[in-house]
Amino acid sequence: MLNNQSVAEEIVKKFGDDVYDFEEPFGLLTLTTTREQIIPMLEYLKNHSEFKIGFLTDITGVHFPDTTPATEYCVVYHLHSFIHNFRVRIKVFLAEADLHIPTASEVYASANWMERETFDFFGIIFDGHPNLIRILNMEEMDYHPMRREYPLEDATREDKIDALFGR
Amino acid sequence: MTEANIAKKNSGTLVKDEPVQYVNELTTLNLGPTHPATHGIFQNVLTMDGEKIIAGEQTVGYIHRAFEKIAERRPFYQITTLTDRMNYCSSPINNMGWHMTVEKLLGVEVPKRAQYIRVIMMELARIADHIICNGILGVDTGAFTGFLYIYEYREKIYEIYEEMCGARLTTNMGRVGGMERDLSKEAIRKINEFLTTFPPIYREFQRLFNRNRIFMDRTVGVGAISAERAMSYGFTGPNLRAAGVDYDVRVMNPYSSYEDFEFDIPVGQHGDTYDRFMVRDEEIWQSLRIIEQALKNLPEGPHYADAPEYYLPPKQEVYRSMEALIYHFKIVMGEIDAPVGEVYHAVEGGNGELGFYLISDGGRTPYRLHFRRPCFIYYQAYPEMCVGSTISDAIVTMSSLNVIAGELDA
Repeated sequence: MLNNQSVAEEIVKKFGDDVYDFEEPFGLLTLTTTREQIIPMLEYLKNHSEFKIGFLTDITGVHFPDTTPATEYCVVYHLHSFIHNFRVRIKVFLAEADLHIPTASEVYASANWMERETFDFFGIIFDGHPNLIRILNMEEMDYHPMRREYPLEDATREDKIDALFGR
Repeated sequence: MTEANIAKKNSGTLVKDEPVQYVNELTTLNLGPTHPATHGIFQNVLTMDGEKIIAGEQTVGYIHRAFEKIAERRPFYQITTLTDRMNYCSSPINNMGWHMTVEKLLGVEVPKRAQYIRVIMMELARIADHIICNGILGVDTGAFTGFLYIYEYREKIYEIYEEMCGARLTTNMGRVGGMERDLSKEAIRKINEFLTTFPPIYREFQRLFNRNRIFMDRTVGVGAISAERAMSYGFTGPNLRAAGVDYDVRVMNPYSSYEDFEFDIPVGQHGDTYDRFMVRDEEIWQSLRIIEQALKNLPEGPHYADAPEYYLPPKQEVYRSMEALIYHFKIVMGEIDAPVGEVYHAVEGGNGELGFYLISDGGRTPYRLHFRRPCFIYYQAYPEMCVGSTISDAIVTMSSLNVIAGELDA
């Protein structure tokens, strides 16, 4: 069985200063890396003789408009090792001015649609993706709806006062 | 031969008296968006060479309802109704998965009895899900009878849901912190009746299909995928197990007391349509086993956790006691803030690992909620699985993948 400590130490040994912000929310090893290192890291974890973290559970995006400009967008990768039943979460923060990150679809075939979904909702551009077009929303849409600046309801409505609804 | 080459050959200038040479033409076939065989609204643009599929491309998103965006504006308990509408063939699993995610964030420990009731409901939902998938696979291969035999028992399961929560399809069952009501005598009677009357009918269904020459000819070796490709494509659940990988969230990361039960994980070998059918077939028996054990060992005790801030108080209490009234009001108006945290929780849905990735910033609603929908992830393998086969094989392949449009599009 793998534990968070040993895996984290191995990753630090390999990637040095490019990995930081280690956390364990609810026991799940979480770490942050740079976009230059994300694909090498996915490959390293997949091909590591002991870890064999070879299943991509999920890719998604998060938007943090209230933080520093360099960390406004986050791409979150969830990985899983079936052999050791070990999960790891990798985050890559991006600046709004430069929303580019290399694609993982070469490493995992499943990344194709997950990245298209993330692009569709957050406008994060996955460089090298074979077919980076919208997937769930219509082609004509000219914005990325999951960004925080798009409210769900029309903010100018006056007949619904937030205070009355406990909001 | 590529499409461009063929087009060039076909459009050569005609010389008088020279016979026209027809090279095999490629046809584009739209399978969907509303084709009866797609069992949902999604389009497949297939490029056909005669009856052979040489390329396929999917268009999805026809029933996208922006659940993730809506969830950012809703208090936690109101999100349950969104999860219903994802995999609507097994909505209790989605509901419970969501409740467990929130409970993990809040740190609420659910009593054993509630956990067992949840297991019963989730396994009933799994049976209903697999009944539909296997029954419809029969329909798609031309055998309608078997489907009608077992479809009646899906109704019986829905009656049990009705007894538990009053709803049938979009169940909204359970609450954060437990179940909204205990198993009633009538519900137990209905479950017991189901446990005794369903197996003989299901055995009849098995006799119709499992070794049926025509059915095997249509499904063995059709739409096969190797274990390696299946893992690369993010397959989970019965579809991955049919390819030979014994990954099941119920065993790997037990939730809701699954570790208390004795059950087997059926695994296929070839990853083809027949193996997917057989894995689901055996899972129905294993689910029945789990339900039997859960009913037999059903612990005594409360059916909800002592978490007044999150679990709606009983209605009669609301009319009598001040505290209950206050909590009732606060919960209904969504005035209770959740702790800050980041949770990933996965349950074994009807189609595979159904994950909830929840980021809470300490407010009344999630900061970000992402659903890992198994259908969405494995459906992208469909073109690879049906290229080279005929259109009739493509139909049964899709049917056996059990793609649910609601889950696909969220």
